[in-house]
Amino acid sequence: MNLTLHVWRQPGPGAPGRMVRYQAADISPEMSFLEMLDVVNERLMETGEAPIAFDHDCREGICGSCSLMINGVAHGPELGTASCQLHMRSFRDGQEIHVEPWRARAFPVVKDLVVNRSALDRIIAVGGYASAPTGSAPDGNATLIPKDAVETAMDAAQCIGCGACVAACPNGSASLFTAAKITHLGLLPQGQPERGRRARRMVEQMDIEGFGQCSLYGECQEACPKEISIDTITRMNRDYLRALTAPDRAAAAESD
Amino acid sequence: MELNSKVPGGPIEQKWDKHRFEMKLVNPANKRKYTVIVVGSGLAGGSTAATLSELGYNVKCFCFQDSPRRAHSIAAQGGINAAKNYRNDGDSVYRLFYDTVKGGDFRSREANVYRLAQISVEIIDQCVAQGVPFAREYGGLLANRSFGGAQVSRTFYARGQTGQQLLLGAYQALEKEVARGGVTMYPRTEMLDLVVIDGRARGIVVRDMITGRIESHAADAVVLGTGGYGNVFYLSTNAKGSNATAIWRAHKRGAAFANPCYTQIHPTCIPVSGEYQSKLTLMSESLRNDGRVWVPKREGDNRPPFEIPEAERDYYLERRYPSFGNLAPRDIASRSAKMVCDEGRGVGPGGRGVYLDFADAIHRVGAETIRERYGNLFEMYQRITDENPYEVPMRIYPAVHYTMGGLWVDYNLMSTIPGLHVIGEANFSDHGANRLGASALMQGLADGYFVLPSTVSDYLASVAPASADTSHAEFRRLEAEVAERTRTLLAIGGKRTVDSFHRELGHILWEKCGMARTAAGLEQALAQIPELREEFWRNVNVPGSDAELNQALEKAGRVADFLELGELICRDALDREESCGGHFREEYQTADGEAKRDDEHFAYVAAWEYTGDLRHPRLHKEPLDFEYVHLAQRSYK
Ligand SMILES: Cc1cc2nc3c(=O)[nH]c(=O)nc-3n(C[C@H](O)[C@H](O)[C@H](O)COP(=O)(O)OP(=O)(O)OC[C@H]3O[C@@H](n4cnc5c(N)ncnc54)[C@H](O)[C@@H]3O)c2cc1C
Ligand code: FES
Repeated sequence: MNLTLHVWRQPGPGAPGRMVRYQAADISPEMSFLEMLDVVNERLMETGEAPIAFDHDCREGICGSCSLMINGVAHGPELGTASCQLHMRSFRDGQEIHVEPWRARAFPVVKDLVVNRSALDRIIAVGGYASAPTGSAPDGNATLIPKDAVETAMDAAQCIGCGACVAACPNGSASLFTAAKITHLGLLPQGQPERGRRARRMVEQMDIEGFGQCSLYGECQEACPKEISIDTITRMNRDYLRALTAPDRAAAAESD
Repeated sequence: MELNSKVPGGPIEQKWDKHRFEMKLVNPANKRKYTVIVVGSGLAGGSTAATLSELGYNVKCFCFQDSPRRAHSIAAQGGINAAKNYRNDGDSVYRLFYDTVKGGDFRSREANVYRLAQISVEIIDQCVAQGVPFAREYGGLLANRSFGGAQVSRTFYARGQTGQQLLLGAYQALEKEVARGGVTMYPRTEMLDLVVIDGRARGIVVRDMITGRIESHAADAVVLGTGGYGNVFYLSTNAKGSNATAIWRAHKRGAAFANPCYTQIHPTCIPVSGEYQSKLTLMSESLRNDGRVWVPKREGDNRPPFEIPEAERDYYLERRYPSFGNLAPRDIASRSAKMVCDEGRGVGPGGRGVYLDFADAIHRVGAETIRERYGNLFEMYQRITDENPYEVPMRIYPAVHYTMGGLWVDYNLMSTIPGLHVIGEANFSDHGANRLGASALMQGLADGYFVLPSTVSDYLASVAPASADTSHAEFRRLEAEVAERTRTLLAIGGKRTVDSFHRELGHILWEKCGMARTAAGLEQALAQIPELREEFWRNVNVPGSDAELNQALEKAGRVADFLELGELICRDALDREESCGGHFREEYQTADGEAKRDDEHFAYVAAWEYTGDLRHPRLHKEPLDFEYVHLAQRSYK
């Protein structure tokens, strides 16, 4: 296949950027999107040009590194698929493809298609855990957990932290990311003691980091490569409101 | 250089307990005076950084990704072993120990393996307490599955994303400690050298990958949890960024490199589809629980699979290994696949593939159950190949997956450089010449949560806390060396890209030092690799500058190290004139094609010392004694 790419090039943080046009000739439909970019980069380097910087690592849709806005859609046209798992057979010969970085106030561009997502780490740091210092754990089977609770927790726990939800949201909100963690831990007995505190602190951190408010557009769940549902956001809002109105103890007692 | 394994005396069941009691402790009030550098935030590094901080030490943790949560451990699929015997199927600490020593083809240190099996049960408890959503039965108890190389069901899992869930548990604990102030996290920061002062590891030199700034960090102890070096082969199941730079630079500063030739080729990966291929995708081994492996009986039979009648199929694993069947260990399953493909019976484009067929399982338990067990893996397969494995058998082929070799460590996980500890896949570890499935996650977390925090305390108790400043001249000297190397790479201005060198190196290693090795092939590789390295330093083209995010430059540094390590791998493979586990020398095999060990001459760990001359590393041998699991030819028949 032969494609025309329009790629966002920006030399560094704060520097002005622009879309640059590249021809991607002789692309095999079996290639992944990132392999197509590898080929383009190899050719750029052979002619002495700087390759396009983009984040990637596992190339299996699990590490959450890859983060491309493809024709205005976070991770491109296939539902439930990260950029690295997208294959060129999803495109037509001769197609024009626009590739941009995640755009959000809380994700400053580092270079070309690479952004800084450390705000997401800080949201986890303030409360996205169940405290269990090493050595203090009871037997793994000491607490029974119903299978469906674990399965639902796992649906949310699958979040890969890529930030597509933020990039897709017209408000640049990190609600789906945050809600996924709150839901994962909130559904398990181990997550109960810190449940209220967790919701309060994580939600407040989202504001501090400059993420926008959630207006339930639902774009995030469409973009999510793990198809995490916005039902998690309802849970987050409930936990948050409950934490504001009741002390931690009461929130903890109410497990559902 | 002296190799002292420091294995404590006494019966094997009591060694670790006794050792824990005998190790020195650091007074709680003094702990915050000590700084520990942890390079790596995977299962090994992340868990240890969090635990050391909980204990009260100052921790500095480094990773090259933009977040510690993206370490390559995130990609582990199938599960983690533990000798819980929840299934009452005859498992025990002793059996896990036995299986691991035997599975490693008697090339690991018994005392370490026993400790690993003992700690395995605590790991599950620890992870459950953190909220890791392991699969459960309807009654609410933890579920298990079986995995290659074992006849008991001892693998705990979270769908096909076990590594992800375990790593997120460690990452969350790490972030909690970051918020508390016990850990300072340095993402997008790459370690490029180890600073050794007065014979002790005292710090590292790093490059800030965004600004390009070269700087140093000092500490009282340095821990490397930087993962495996499978990417030396270019194509592997490892993440693209996985590399050997940290351990290789430490090796060049005095840490012995053990058993570099022990690499694991995983039997169930999606076959290569073209030259442009950038990595290979693993299909979890757990699939072999329900999938049956076969090829046509007749050479060159290229009918579609459903047209090949039962009688004309060769379920070769079931045929050759009736008691383990499709669950034969990885090295055996991989070699068997290569053998049938070499016979011209391989399937798919290029004839480099075998079928992994779920038709029987779907017939037996229903498509729904299969979806529940492997749904995400089936989806991944379909996304990559555009074929539906519920309807057509998967096509799989072996690929480089894991490296059992790594920096040599003693029982305390300390390398031959005092103060330098190595954990996880980066050390030469507990897996001997072949790792069993679901045992790397176990080892990474055993090292990180439980072993290292005890043994590093013992080390720290023996040294006075040093100031954390980097004013010593050695820091300046190494910073200058690192900067100079970077400038050199950028200045070459040659004609070939970094990837083209990497691909060529990978090709040499795969052909000459892959699933089957011969003296003649290895000799060739040992002639080719230095030539390729020489061309690299003359003809590589690294664009851009050193003062910016420069992914080509990062890669160039890593490939330069792979070009040196590759040579050591071949040298070690040539030197080991026997076959064991993943190391199969064609000259040494039994009449029916099984690996033939030579215990009389090769029951040792090969630990290589860097002498300043890559062609002449010095070999040191740590003899291995088998007091408990008696040396025997491995049989899975
Ligand atoms: C696809 C796949 C599936 C697997 N499935 C299983 C399984 O089911 N069960 C099982 O037991 N094992 C499995 N394994 C093996 C297992 O995942 C790994 O062996 C294990 O996770 C390694 O953990 P680690 O902490 O040692 O290293 P890693 O997770 O690789 O972490 C390395 C860390 O070091 C950092 N680092 C490296 N070099 C530098 C440097 N120079 N400077 C700064 N930081 C650096 C990285 O940023 C990263 O944080 C699988 C492996 C693969 C590839
Ligand atoms: S590169 Fe890891 S999710 Fe895409």
